[in-house]
Amino acid sequence: MKKILFVEDESALQKTFGDIISQKGYEMVSALDGEIGLRLAKSEKPDLVLLDLILPKLNGFEVLKRLKEDQETKDIPVIVLTNLEGIGDIEKAIELGATTYLVKANYTLEELMGKIKKALGE
Amino acid sequence: MSFKEISAQLNAIGQCRKYGLSIWQCPQFLFLLMGLIIIVSALAIYAIGLRYVEEPEMVALIVLIISAILMAIAMIITRSFERLAEANRLKSEFVSVVSHQLRSPLSNLKWATELLMSGKITKVSEKQSEYFKILKENNDRMQNLISDLLTVSRIEQGRLPLQKKEISLLDLVKEIIKGLDVFAKASNVEVVFQPKDSLPKVLADPSQARLVIENILDNAIRYTKEKGKVEVTLTKKGKNLYFEVKDKGVGIPQEEQKYIFQKFFRSENVLRHQTEGSGLGLYIAKSIIEKSGGKIGFRSQENVGSTFWFSLPIK
Repeated sequence: MKKILFVEDESALQKTFGDIISQKGYEMVSALDGEIGLRLAKSEKPDLVLLDLILPKLNGFEVLKRLKEDQETKDIPVIVLTNLEGIGDIEKAIELGATTYLVKANYTLEELMGKIKKALGE
Repeated sequence: MSFKEISAQLNAIGQCRKYGLSIWQCPQFLFLLMGLIIIVSALAIYAIGLRYVEEPEMVALIVLIISAILMAIAMIITRSFERLAEANRLKSEFVSVVSHQLRSPLSNLKWATELLMSGKITKVSEKQSEYFKILKENNDRMQNLISDLLTVSRIEQGRLPLQKKEISLLDLVKEIIKGLDVFAKASNVEVVFQPKDSLPKVLADPSQARLVIENILDNAIRYTKEKGKVEVTLTKKGKNLYFEVKDKGVGIPQEEQKYIFQKFFRSENVLRHQTEGSGLGLYIAKSIIEKSGGKIGFRSQENVGSTFWFSLPIK
Protein backbone atom coordinates (compact mmCIF):
# COMPACT_ATOMS: atom_id res chain seq x y z
CA MET A 1 0.00 0.00 0.00
CA LYS A 2 1.44 3.35 -1.03
CA LYS A 3 1.93 5.97 1.62
CA ILE A 4 1.08 9.67 1.29
CA LEU A 5 2.29 12.31 3.73
CA PHE A 6 -0.08 15.27 3.96
CA VAL A 7 1.47 18.39 5.50
CA GLU A 8 -1.44 20.75 6.14
CA ASP A 9 -2.38 22.80 9.21
CA GLU A 10 -6.13 22.70 8.60
CA SER A 11 -7.49 19.72 10.45
CA ALA A 12 -10.78 19.84 8.48
CA LEU A 13 -8.84 19.25 5.28
CA GLN A 14 -6.79 16.50 6.91
CA LYS A 15 -10.02 14.72 7.76
CA THR A 16 -11.60 15.02 4.29
CA PHE A 17 -8.40 13.99 2.58
CA GLY A 18 -7.73 11.17 5.02
CA ASP A 19 -11.13 9.69 4.18
CA ILE A 20 -10.82 9.91 0.41
CA ILE A 21 -7.20 8.79 0.33
CA SER A 22 -7.85 5.73 2.44
CA GLN A 23 -10.85 4.95 0.23
CA LYS A 24 -8.65 5.00 -2.81
CA GLY A 25 -6.46 2.42 -1.12
CA TYR A 26 -3.57 4.55 0.10
CA GLU A 27 -2.22 5.03 3.58
CA MET A 28 -2.18 8.60 4.82
CA VAL A 29 0.21 10.09 7.36
CA SER A 30 -0.65 13.60 8.49
CA ALA A 31 1.43 16.46 9.81
CA LEU A 32 -0.08 19.69 11.11
CA ASP A 33 3.06 21.81 10.85
CA GLY A 34 6.26 22.05 8.82
CA GLU A 35 8.59 20.63 11.46
CA ILE A 36 6.53 17.49 12.02
CA GLY A 37 6.16 17.20 8.24
CA LEU A 38 9.92 17.17 7.74
CA ARG A 39 10.44 14.68 10.56
CA LEU A 40 7.74 12.32 9.26
CA ALA A 41 9.11 12.52 5.72
CA LYS A 42 12.36 11.05 7.04
CA SER A 43 10.93 8.46 9.43
CA GLU A 44 7.92 7.28 7.40
CA LYS A 45 9.49 7.32 3.93
CA PRO A 46 6.26 8.22 2.09
CA ASP A 47 5.82 7.64 -1.66
CA LEU A 48 4.43 11.16 -2.08
CA VAL A 49 4.27 14.38 -0.07
CA LEU A 50 1.30 16.73 -0.36
CA LEU A 51 2.53 20.05 0.95
CA ASP A 52 0.74 23.25 1.93
CA LEU A 53 2.84 26.44 1.86
CA ILE A 54 1.47 28.50 4.71
CA LEU A 55 2.37 26.36 7.71
CA PRO A 56 3.21 26.98 11.35
CA LYS A 57 6.80 26.60 12.62
CA LEU A 58 8.40 25.93 9.25
CA ASN A 59 6.80 27.24 6.06
CA GLY A 60 6.23 25.04 3.04
CA PHE A 61 9.04 26.52 0.93
CA GLU A 62 11.54 25.75 3.70
CA VAL A 63 10.16 22.21 4.10
CA LEU A 64 10.45 21.68 0.35
CA LYS A 65 14.00 23.03 0.27
CA ARG A 66 15.15 20.77 3.10
CA LEU A 67 13.39 17.73 1.64
CA LYS A 68 15.23 18.24 -1.64
CA GLU A 69 18.58 18.86 0.06
CA ASP A 70 18.43 15.64 2.06
CA GLN A 71 19.74 12.53 0.30
CA GLU A 72 17.13 10.36 2.06
CA THR A 73 14.14 12.39 0.94
CA LYS A 74 15.20 14.16 -2.26
CA ASP A 75 13.57 11.64 -4.59
CA ILE A 76 10.12 11.72 -3.01
CA PRO A 77 7.75 13.58 -5.36
CA VAL A 78 6.16 16.66 -3.76
CA ILE A 79 2.82 18.12 -4.80
CA VAL A 80 2.35 21.64 -3.51
CA LEU A 81 -1.30 22.17 -2.59
CA THR A 82 -2.00 25.75 -1.57
CA ASN A 83 -4.15 28.82 -1.98
CA LEU A 84 -1.20 31.05 -2.89
CA GLU A 85 -1.23 31.65 -6.61
CA GLY A 86 1.28 34.39 -7.25
CA ILE A 87 3.55 33.72 -10.23
CA GLY A 88 6.52 34.24 -7.89
CA ASP A 89 5.29 31.54 -5.50
CA ILE A 90 4.74 29.05 -8.32
CA GLU A 91 8.16 29.69 -9.85
CA LYS A 92 9.87 29.44 -6.46
CA ALA A 93 8.23 26.12 -5.61
CA ILE A 94 9.04 24.58 -9.00
CA GLU A 95 12.61 25.85 -8.74
CA LEU A 96 12.94 24.23 -5.32
CA GLY A 97 11.91 20.92 -6.84
CA ALA A 98 8.12 20.56 -6.50
CA THR A 99 6.67 18.03 -8.99
CA THR A 100 3.36 19.86 -9.39
CA TYR A 101 1.86 23.07 -8.06
CA LEU A 102 -1.90 23.04 -7.44
CA VAL A 103 -4.14 25.88 -6.29
CA LYS A 104 -6.78 24.40 -3.98
CA ALA A 105 -9.65 26.52 -5.24
CA ASN A 106 -9.17 25.33 -8.84
CA TYR A 107 -9.58 21.57 -8.37
CA THR A 108 -12.31 19.15 -7.47
CA LEU A 109 -11.51 16.20 -5.24
CA GLU A 110 -11.58 13.81 -8.20
CA GLU A 111 -9.22 15.98 -10.25
CA LEU A 112 -6.86 16.10 -7.30
CA MET A 113 -6.89 12.34 -6.96
CA GLY A 114 -6.00 12.15 -10.65
CA LYS A 115 -2.96 14.39 -10.05
CA ILE A 116 -1.92 12.28 -7.06
CA LYS A 117 -2.14 9.08 -9.10
CA LYS A 118 -0.07 10.64 -11.86
CA ALA A 119 2.60 11.80 -9.41
CA LEU A 120 2.73 8.27 -7.98
CA GLY A 121 3.27 6.97 -11.51
CA GLU A 122 0.02 5.00 -11.64
CA MET B 1 -22.02 67.32 -18.51
CA SER B 2 -25.52 68.50 -17.57
CA PHE B 3 -26.28 71.53 -15.42
CA LYS B 4 -27.33 69.20 -12.61
CA GLU B 5 -23.99 67.41 -12.70
CA ILE B 6 -22.05 70.69 -12.71
CA SER B 7 -23.98 72.03 -9.74
CA ALA B 8 -23.42 68.72 -7.92
CA GLN B 9 -19.67 69.05 -8.58
CA LEU B 10 -19.71 72.60 -7.19
CA ASN B 11 -21.42 71.48 -4.02
CA ALA B 12 -18.09 70.72 -2.40
CA ILE B 13 -19.44 70.09 1.09
CA GLY B 14 -21.98 67.59 -0.27
CA GLN B 15 -19.20 65.81 -2.19
CA CYS B 16 -16.99 65.67 0.91
CA ARG B 17 -19.81 64.18 2.94
CA LYS B 18 -20.33 61.54 0.24
CA TYR B 19 -16.72 60.39 0.62
CA GLY B 20 -16.89 60.55 4.44
CA LEU B 21 -14.15 63.18 4.68
CA SER B 22 -13.91 66.24 6.94
CA ILE B 23 -13.84 69.46 4.88
CA TRP B 24 -10.20 70.19 5.75
CA GLN B 25 -9.17 66.85 4.26
CA CYS B 26 -11.40 67.05 1.24
CA PRO B 27 -9.73 68.06 -2.06
CA GLN B 28 -12.96 69.46 -3.55
CA PHE B 29 -13.47 71.91 -0.72
CA LEU B 30 -9.79 72.86 -0.56
CA PHE B 31 -9.69 73.52 -4.31
CA LEU B 32 -12.75 75.73 -4.02
CA LEU B 33 -11.14 77.60 -1.13
CA MET B 34 -7.92 78.07 -3.06
CA GLY B 35 -9.83 79.36 -6.06
CA LEU B 36 -11.64 81.89 -3.90
CA ILE B 37 -8.39 83.05 -2.30
CA ILE B 38 -6.80 83.49 -5.73
CA ILE B 39 -9.73 85.60 -6.95
CA VAL B 40 -9.91 87.72 -3.79
CA SER B 41 -6.16 88.20 -3.64
CA ALA B 42 -5.92 89.15 -7.30
CA LEU B 43 -8.52 91.87 -6.68
CA ALA B 44 -6.82 92.94 -3.46
CA ILE B 45 -3.42 93.19 -5.13
CA TYR B 46 -4.96 95.27 -7.87
CA ALA B 47 -6.50 97.64 -5.30
CA ILE B 48 -3.32 97.81 -3.22
CA GLY B 49 -1.21 98.27 -6.32
CA LEU B 50 -3.30 101.31 -7.29
CA ARG B 51 -2.95 102.79 -3.84
CA TYR B 52 0.71 102.07 -3.20
CA VAL B 53 1.88 102.56 -6.72
CA GLU B 54 4.89 104.46 -5.40
CA GLU B 55 5.93 101.66 -3.03
CA PRO B 56 6.62 98.56 -5.12
CA GLU B 57 8.31 96.85 -2.10
CA MET B 58 5.01 96.91 -0.24
CA VAL B 59 3.17 95.31 -3.20
CA ALA B 60 5.87 92.67 -3.61
CA LEU B 61 5.66 91.81 0.10
CA ILE B 62 1.91 91.37 -0.04
CA VAL B 63 2.16 89.20 -3.18
CA LEU B 64 4.80 87.12 -1.39
CA ILE B 65 2.59 86.59 1.67
CA ILE B 66 -0.39 85.59 -0.45
CA SER B 67 1.75 83.21 -2.50
CA ALA B 68 2.96 81.60 0.72
CA ILE B 69 -0.64 81.08 1.88
CA LEU B 70 -1.57 79.55 -1.49
CA MET B 71 1.42 77.23 -1.35
CA ALA B 72 0.44 76.07 2.13
CA ILE B 73 -3.08 75.27 0.91
CA ALA B 74 -1.69 73.46 -2.14
CA MET B 75 0.43 71.35 0.18
CA ILE B 76 -2.57 70.45 2.31
CA ILE B 77 -4.43 69.44 -0.87
CA THR B 78 -1.55 67.25 -2.02
CA ARG B 79 -1.44 65.63 1.40
CA SER B 80 -5.17 64.93 1.30
CA PHE B 81 -4.75 63.30 -2.12
CA GLU B 82 -2.01 61.14 -0.66
CA ARG B 83 -4.34 60.11 2.14
CA LEU B 84 -7.03 59.18 -0.37
CA ALA B 85 -4.55 57.14 -2.41
CA GLU B 86 -3.34 55.43 0.76
CA ALA B 87 -6.92 54.65 1.81
CA ASN B 88 -7.51 53.15 -1.62
CA ARG B 89 -4.38 51.01 -1.38
CA LEU B 90 -5.38 49.80 2.09
CA LYS B 91 -8.83 48.91 0.79
CA SER B 92 -7.35 46.82 -2.03
CA GLU B 93 -5.03 45.13 0.43
CA PHE B 94 -7.94 44.45 2.79
CA VAL B 95 -9.96 42.87 -0.03
CA SER B 96 -6.97 40.76 -0.98
CA VAL B 97 -6.32 39.53 2.59
CA VAL B 98 -9.98 38.77 3.29
CA SER B 99 -10.35 36.95 -0.03
CA HIS B 100 -7.31 34.80 0.69
CA GLN B 101 -8.59 34.03 4.16
CA LEU B 102 -11.96 32.98 2.74
CA ARG B 103 -10.41 30.65 0.21
CA SER B 104 -9.26 27.98 2.63
CA PRO B 105 -12.59 27.41 4.39
CA LEU B 106 -14.35 27.45 1.02
CA SER B 107 -12.01 24.78 -0.35
CA ASN B 108 -12.64 22.67 2.75
CA LEU B 109 -16.37 23.08 2.31
CA LYS B 110 -16.19 22.23 -1.38
CA TRP B 111 -14.21 19.04 -0.93
CA ALA B 112 -16.22 17.87 2.07
CA THR B 113 -19.42 18.39 0.07
CA GLU B 114 -17.98 16.54 -2.92
CA LEU B 115 -16.99 13.66 -0.69
CA LEU B 116 -20.51 13.47 0.76
CA MET B 117 -22.07 13.71 -2.71
CA SER B 118 -19.90 10.90 -4.04
CA GLY B 119 -21.76 8.47 -1.75
CA LYS B 120 -18.46 6.97 -0.64
CA ILE B 121 -18.92 7.94 2.99
CA THR B 122 -22.55 7.01 3.34
CA LYS B 123 -25.40 6.21 1.01
CA VAL B 124 -27.06 9.36 -0.28
CA SER B 125 -30.82 9.61 -0.71
CA GLU B 126 -32.32 11.59 -3.57
CA LYS B 127 -33.48 14.34 -1.24
CA GLN B 128 -30.04 14.62 0.36
CA SER B 129 -28.45 14.71 -3.05
CA GLU B 130 -30.61 17.70 -4.01
CA TYR B 131 -29.45 19.61 -0.95
CA PHE B 132 -25.83 18.68 -1.50
CA LYS B 133 -26.18 20.09 -4.98
CA ILE B 134 -27.46 23.37 -3.55
CA LEU B 135 -24.49 23.46 -1.17
CA LYS B 136 -22.06 22.81 -4.00
CA GLU B 137 -23.58 25.38 -6.35
CA ASN B 138 -23.54 28.09 -3.72
CA ASN B 139 -20.02 27.20 -2.75
CA ASP B 140 -18.98 27.53 -6.39
CA ARG B 141 -20.63 30.93 -6.55
CA MET B 142 -18.71 32.13 -3.52
CA GLN B 143 -15.47 30.78 -4.92
CA ASN B 144 -16.05 32.56 -8.21
CA LEU B 145 -16.79 35.81 -6.43
CA ILE B 146 -13.63 35.50 -4.32
CA SER B 147 -11.61 34.76 -7.40
CA ASP B 148 -13.05 37.86 -9.15
CA LEU B 149 -12.34 40.02 -6.09
CA LEU B 150 -8.74 38.79 -6.01
CA THR B 151 -8.35 39.58 -9.70
CA VAL B 152 -9.76 43.07 -9.12
CA SER B 153 -7.43 43.75 -6.21
CA ARG B 154 -4.50 42.56 -8.35
CA ILE B 155 -5.57 44.90 -11.16
CA GLU B 156 -5.82 47.80 -8.72
CA GLN B 157 -2.43 47.10 -7.21
CA GLY B 158 -0.92 46.74 -10.69
CA ARG B 159 -0.01 43.13 -9.95
CA LEU B 160 -2.15 41.30 -12.49
CA PRO B 161 0.18 38.72 -14.00
CA LEU B 162 0.14 38.69 -17.77
CA GLN B 163 2.29 35.93 -19.18
CA LYS B 164 1.95 36.61 -22.87
CA LYS B 165 2.35 33.69 -25.23
CA GLU B 166 1.46 32.96 -28.81
CA ILE B 167 -2.00 31.44 -28.59
CA SER B 168 -4.64 30.30 -31.01
CA LEU B 169 -7.72 32.33 -30.15
CA LEU B 170 -9.68 30.09 -32.51
CA ASP B 171 -8.94 26.95 -30.51
CA LEU B 172 -9.56 28.77 -27.25
CA VAL B 173 -12.97 30.04 -28.40
CA LYS B 174 -14.00 26.57 -29.61
CA GLU B 175 -12.94 25.03 -26.32
CA ILE B 176 -14.82 27.61 -24.23
CA ILE B 177 -18.01 27.23 -26.28
CA LYS B 178 -17.80 23.49 -25.72
CA GLY B 179 -17.33 24.02 -21.99
CA LEU B 180 -20.38 26.29 -21.81
CA ASP B 181 -22.54 23.81 -23.71
CA VAL B 182 -24.39 22.50 -20.66
CA PHE B 183 -25.12 26.00 -19.37
CA ALA B 184 -26.32 27.14 -22.81
CA LYS B 185 -28.61 24.13 -23.24
CA ALA B 186 -30.04 24.60 -19.75
CA SER B 187 -30.72 28.25 -20.64
CA ASN B 188 -32.36 27.25 -23.93
CA VAL B 189 -29.77 29.18 -25.90
CA GLU B 190 -28.00 28.02 -29.02
CA VAL B 191 -24.44 29.27 -29.42
CA VAL B 192 -23.63 29.59 -33.13
CA PHE B 193 -20.00 29.74 -34.19
CA GLN B 194 -18.84 29.13 -37.74
CA PRO B 195 -15.10 29.28 -37.43
CA LYS B 196 -12.78 30.18 -40.25
CA ASP B 197 -10.39 27.40 -41.21
CA SER B 198 -7.31 29.08 -39.95
CA LEU B 199 -6.50 32.36 -38.30
CA PRO B 200 -3.18 33.80 -37.15
CA LYS B 201 -2.17 33.51 -33.52
CA VAL B 202 -2.32 36.37 -31.03
CA LEU B 203 -0.01 37.35 -28.22
CA ALA B 204 -1.90 37.07 -24.94
CA ASP B 205 -1.99 35.36 -21.57
CA PRO B 206 -4.08 32.20 -22.19
CA SER B 207 -5.74 32.03 -18.78
CA GLN B 208 -6.62 35.74 -18.80
CA ALA B 209 -7.90 35.60 -22.39
CA ARG B 210 -10.04 32.65 -21.33
CA LEU B 211 -11.48 34.71 -18.48
CA VAL B 212 -12.49 37.50 -20.88
CA ILE B 213 -14.12 35.21 -23.45
CA GLU B 214 -15.93 33.20 -20.80
CA ASN B 215 -17.25 36.38 -19.23
CA ILE B 216 -18.59 37.83 -22.47
CA LEU B 217 -20.15 34.55 -23.57
CA ASP B 218 -21.60 33.81 -20.15
CA ASN B 219 -23.26 37.25 -20.11
CA ALA B 220 -24.72 36.76 -23.60
CA ILE B 221 -26.25 33.41 -22.62
CA ARG B 222 -27.35 34.59 -19.19
CA TYR B 223 -29.15 37.69 -20.45
CA THR B 224 -30.97 35.98 -23.30
CA LYS B 225 -34.24 35.62 -21.50
CA GLU B 226 -36.17 33.27 -23.76
CA LYS B 227 -35.22 30.62 -26.27
CA GLY B 228 -32.63 32.27 -28.44
CA LYS B 229 -29.42 32.39 -30.35
CA VAL B 230 -26.01 33.79 -29.51
CA GLU B 231 -23.76 34.41 -32.52
CA VAL B 232 -20.01 34.30 -32.14
CA THR B 233 -17.60 35.50 -34.81
CA LEU B 234 -13.83 35.61 -34.92
CA THR B 235 -12.21 37.40 -37.86
CA LYS B 236 -8.98 39.06 -38.91
CA LYS B 237 -9.19 42.83 -39.17
CA GLY B 238 -5.95 44.50 -40.17
CA LYS B 239 -3.31 43.72 -37.59
CA ASN B 240 -5.83 42.40 -35.08
CA LEU B 241 -8.09 39.46 -34.43
CA TYR B 242 -11.60 40.62 -33.79
CA PHE B 243 -13.92 38.63 -31.52
CA GLU B 244 -17.62 39.43 -31.37
CA VAL B 245 -20.60 38.02 -29.49
CA LYS B 246 -24.08 39.07 -30.54
CA ASP B 247 -27.15 38.29 -28.46
CA LYS B 248 -30.84 39.15 -28.63
CA GLY B 249 -31.10 39.49 -24.89
CA VAL B 250 -32.38 42.13 -22.48
CA GLY B 251 -29.88 44.79 -23.69
CA ILE B 252 -28.52 47.72 -21.72
CA PRO B 253 -30.60 50.90 -21.21
CA GLN B 254 -29.07 53.89 -23.02
CA GLU B 255 -28.50 55.96 -19.87
CA GLU B 256 -26.61 53.16 -18.16
CA GLN B 257 -24.27 52.27 -21.01
CA LYS B 258 -21.50 54.59 -19.86
CA TYR B 259 -21.19 52.70 -16.57
CA ILE B 260 -21.00 49.22 -18.05
CA PHE B 261 -17.25 48.69 -17.57
CA GLN B 262 -17.27 50.09 -14.04
CA LYS B 263 -16.61 47.84 -11.11
CA PHE B 264 -19.69 46.42 -9.32
CA PHE B 265 -22.02 48.05 -11.82
CA ARG B 266 -25.15 46.09 -12.64
CA SER B 267 -27.80 47.41 -14.94
CA GLU B 268 -31.27 48.15 -13.52
CA ASN B 269 -33.11 45.90 -15.98
CA VAL B 270 -30.76 43.02 -15.17
CA LEU B 271 -31.32 43.44 -11.44
CA ARG B 272 -35.05 43.13 -12.07
CA HIS B 273 -34.56 39.81 -13.84
CA GLN B 274 -31.95 38.14 -11.77
CA THR B 275 -29.79 38.85 -8.76
CA GLU B 276 -26.84 36.58 -9.40
CA GLY B 277 -23.62 38.25 -10.56
CA SER B 278 -21.08 40.56 -9.01
CA GLY B 279 -20.71 43.24 -11.68
CA LEU B 280 -16.98 42.57 -11.86
CA GLY B 281 -16.71 40.53 -15.07
CA LEU B 282 -16.64 43.35 -17.62
CA TYR B 283 -14.37 45.51 -15.47
CA ILE B 284 -11.90 42.63 -15.35
CA ALA B 285 -12.34 41.97 -19.09
CA LYS B 286 -11.59 45.59 -19.97
CA SER B 287 -8.48 45.70 -17.78
CA ILE B 288 -7.11 42.48 -19.26
CA ILE B 289 -7.77 43.43 -22.89
CA GLU B 290 -6.29 46.91 -22.50
CA LYS B 291 -3.23 45.55 -20.71
CA SER B 292 -2.80 43.07 -23.56
CA GLY B 293 -2.72 45.91 -26.09
CA GLY B 294 -6.24 45.35 -27.40
CA LYS B 295 -9.54 47.20 -27.43
CA ILE B 296 -12.98 46.29 -26.08
CA GLY B 297 -16.42 47.75 -26.67
CA PHE B 298 -20.11 47.10 -27.24
CA ARG B 299 -23.30 48.21 -28.95
CA SER B 300 -26.59 47.68 -27.20
CA GLN B 301 -30.26 48.54 -27.22
CA GLU B 302 -32.65 47.70 -24.43
CA ASN B 303 -35.01 44.79 -25.24
CA VAL B 304 -33.24 44.26 -28.59
CA GLY B 305 -29.86 42.87 -27.61
CA SER B 306 -26.19 43.53 -27.17
CA THR B 307 -23.03 42.97 -29.18
CA PHE B 308 -19.78 42.83 -27.25
CA TRP B 309 -16.44 42.75 -29.03
CA PHE B 310 -12.74 42.91 -28.39
CA SER B 311 -9.63 42.91 -30.54
CA LEU B 312 -6.18 41.56 -29.77
CA PRO B 313 -3.02 42.23 -31.75
CA ILE B 314 -1.79 39.45 -34.02
CA LYS B 315 1.62 38.08 -33.14
